[in-house]
Amino acid sequence: MHTTSASTTLDESQPLLLSHFDDLEQQHNASNLGMWFFLATEVMFFSGLIAAYTVYRALSPEAFHLASRHMNRVLGFVNTLVLLSSSLTMAMAVRESQLGNKKRVVWFLVATAVLGVGFLGIKAVEYSIEIHHHLLPGAHFQIPSEDLTEMKEVSSTPEELGLLKGRFQMMFVLYFFLTGVHAFHMIVGIVIVLIMANLMRIGWFSGHGTTQIEVTGLYWHFVDVVWVFLYPLLYLID
Amino acid sequence: MTHHIISVRTYVLIYLALMVLLVATVGASFLPLGGAHLPVAMTIAVIKAVLIVLFFMHVYYSSRLTWVVSVASFLWLGLLLAFLIADYFSRGWLDIPGK
Amino acid sequence: MSAPAVVVEDPPEDYLQEHTLKSWLLTTDHKRVGILYMISVTVFFFVGGAAATLMRLELMTPQGDVLATPDAYNRLFTMHGVIMIFFFLVPAIPSVLGNFLLPLMIGARDLAFPKINLLSWYVYMVGGVMGIWIMIFGGVDTGWTFYTPFSTMYSNTMVVTAAVAVFITGFSSILTGLNFIVTVHTMRAPGMTWFRLPLFVWSHYATSLIMVLGTPVLAISVILIALERLFGVGIFDPAIGGDPILFQHLFWFYSHPAVYIMVLPGFAVVSEIIPCFARRPIFGYKFIAFASVAIAVFGFLVWGHHMFVSGQSMYAGTIFSILSFLVAIPSAIKVFNWTATLYKGSLRFDTPMLYALGFIGLFTIGGLTGLMLASLAIDVHVHDTYFVVAHFHYIMVGGTVMAYLGGIHFWWPKISGRMYPEIWGKLSALLVFVGFNLTFFPQFLLGYLGMPRRYYEYRPEFQVLNVMSTAGASILAVGYVLPLFYLLLSLRKPANAGPNPWGATGLEWQVESPPSVHNFHEPVVVTCEPYMYSPEEAEREYAHDQRVHNA
Repeated sequence: MHTTSASTTLDESQPLLLSHFDDLEQQHNASNLGMWFFLATEVMFFSGLIAAYTVYRALSPEAFHLASRHMNRVLGFVNTLVLLSSSLTMAMAVRESQLGNKKRVVWFLVATAVLGVGFLGIKAVEYSIEIHHHLLPGAHFQIPSEDLTEMKEVSSTPEELGLLKGRFQMMFVLYFFLTGVHAFHMIVGIVIVLIMANLMRIGWFSGHGTTQIEVTGLYWHFVDVVWVFLYPLLYLID
Repeated sequence: MTHHIISVRTYVLIYLALMVLLVATVGASFLPLGGAHLPVAMTIAVIKAVLIVLFFMHVYYSSRLTWVVSVASFLWLGLLLAFLIADYFSRGWLDIPGK
Repeated sequence: MSAPAVVVEDPPEDYLQEHTLKSWLLTTDHKRVGILYMISVTVFFFVGGAAATLMRLELMTPQGDVLATPDAYNRLFTMHGVIMIFFFLVPAIPSVLGNFLLPLMIGARDLAFPKINLLSWYVYMVGGVMGIWIMIFGGVDTGWTFYTPFSTMYSNTMVVTAAVAVFITGFSSILTGLNFIVTVHTMRAPGMTWFRLPLFVWSHYATSLIMVLGTPVLAISVILIALERLFGVGIFDPAIGGDPILFQHLFWFYSHPAVYIMVLPGFAVVSEIIPCFARRPIFGYKFIAFASVAIAVFGFLVWGHHMFVSGQSMYAGTIFSILSFLVAIPSAIKVFNWTATLYKGSLRFDTPMLYALGFIGLFTIGGLTGLMLASLAIDVHVHDTYFVVAHFHYIMVGGTVMAYLGGIHFWWPKISGRMYPEIWGKLSALLVFVGFNLTFFPQFLLGYLGMPRRYYEYRPEFQVLNVMSTAGASILAVGYVLPLFYLLLSLRKPANAGPNPWGATGLEWQVESPPSVHNFHEPVVVTCEPYMYSPEEAEREYAHDQRVHNA
């Protein structure tokens, strides 16, 4: 067993081996691989929405361009910053768990969760601003007057204008779906991270909980990667 | 169970690189690039994602299988997009409504 | 790796020993989860079958008379489709036989994630019970395909809840797929290299890949439908420039590969049965193995052939048509290799073999008519007619259900420890084969003559063929009910099967029947290829069997 850190206190730091596995390496690999394949399903889960985005944006780039101007770039920027930072703290938590510093793992996990909550808070502010400006699709939706004038300028027929107006709203439908699904993943992630932090704190894991923290980390980073794509696609169309 | 433990230095460097790229992508969106906005933004996003996947998610130090899984999932997304774009792109070619 | 494996004392009793309800509902034993699945899919199969029976009764006469309204008929065929596809065909072989056999076949004590395996059954039951509840007390009339804009704008039925039920069930399939993939990668016994895996495992691996990569796309599509209905705005909504055909793309991106989720496990079963009852090593092992993976991959490239008349671009249609022809190649390789395995074999026609041979014939007919449908020009004419209905029933029922029943008979001695009465088994296999052909072959003719699917009335000139079809369905029903009785009755006898009643190779036959809780008593080491059968030895065995039977 070549765990780099655990050589001195091998017995108490050794994770429990479940009875259906042959050895710890197999157990660790199985968990890790399981999470990787789960992330593959997650990619495909988002792909339906990404596909819709691609198709409609390719069909009406002007509408998406106009709609994207209403996204709050500054808040989006801050949020990306917050999320990338949370990835760093998560990565550090994994590192500390590999080294066996349980206390530091807890702190890094809490930091990660706090940053995650910060992200959701900022997102909530953004949503409320957008809803306030009647940009939530549905009966409540209103196209801002300056966009309407611009759409009238670029379209030659009433049908074209109608389509443009529809696709303008479509961008917001996709925006709310994509960021909403992402936010849902964030909530799940925060809950898991907090559970892990607590289990770590009460010493629930046999060993250092390295496998569990690593797998949680994979999920967290994945949600981060999704946002890395969403930010330019939704906020930065110019 | 050979964990490669990545140094704090590497993590921080990657983090700083991500920050630089974030600023770059926002900066690029203000430049008059014409139609090149999307390719530029997506290129930067891909670089960021690759950095996160390789180092934060440890793929760089992982087995070949992990590489395959991480690439394959994006390949599959590409597959869906490629066929969809092919359909929508070629719909108008015959100039018959609905075909 | 030098850590000593923790030695667990194997409980000596078999996995069925404990009888309490709690021991079943909280089990993490892959074999017990397999049994839980077996009971549930059987219930769903008969509920879906009841719907089919009503439909066939309605179609006996040209007028609508059995059911009160056309609407009731619409709900009925939707119920039949949704239950049979999502709650029977997709989970049937992987979750019952796959769960039971995969760890045994690779020399593992369990799947990689036993708790997730149990969770998948609970998720499946939540989705399934919800699905049945909705279908019976309310109904859905969209067909199992939930096409927009009908499902999102016009249908007055319980589309949202049905979509949620399908969404939930999808997760059970993802969890099963995930478990299988990880198990095959990490849990193989020493010496069990990739090319020593039974083909059953290869096929299930390919199936799991589709489950993992395809199912989430279905999940997001049905959720988008539900949200669009609830809030009146969505990405398929033409009022805001949405394209209903996009839904078909996303739906078939899963649902075409899902056909292979249903039929690849059928290939898995047949690849085990044929060499055993031909007493020959399987012909072209690597070709069959790679063909499974090729089908899983190519299966993702052909979904547009469901949309030839939908308004999709004709150029895209052409490409999808060509790719659909390509996917026939790996399927044909398999059929060729099974047939070649039979050649000069020492054939025995026990019940599982009858089902397997039936599978090959029916699947071939289904596959060849699939090629007709993949041709743009023919498809335009027979689209949405009974020709399509007959085609996919030849694949799904003639393929998957035959293979499932064959597999159940083949491994029943292993699962339960008991033999079933062979004569009844043969009779049911015969009834299923005859009944199936009588039910669905006339439907090819009906479709070719132009009878559209999904109507509860039809022109009087179609009546003769429809009556034939209904008559066939009643034979089929008897063929399906029979095994239920004699298999259950066999449980009253003491265990009499012995570890290996068929003289089959494969690790699962080297442990006692029924297997013990941890499958193997000592560490497994694999030293040879699978399917080490020899015809000469088979002759000797056969002679020996005759003596035993006569004694």
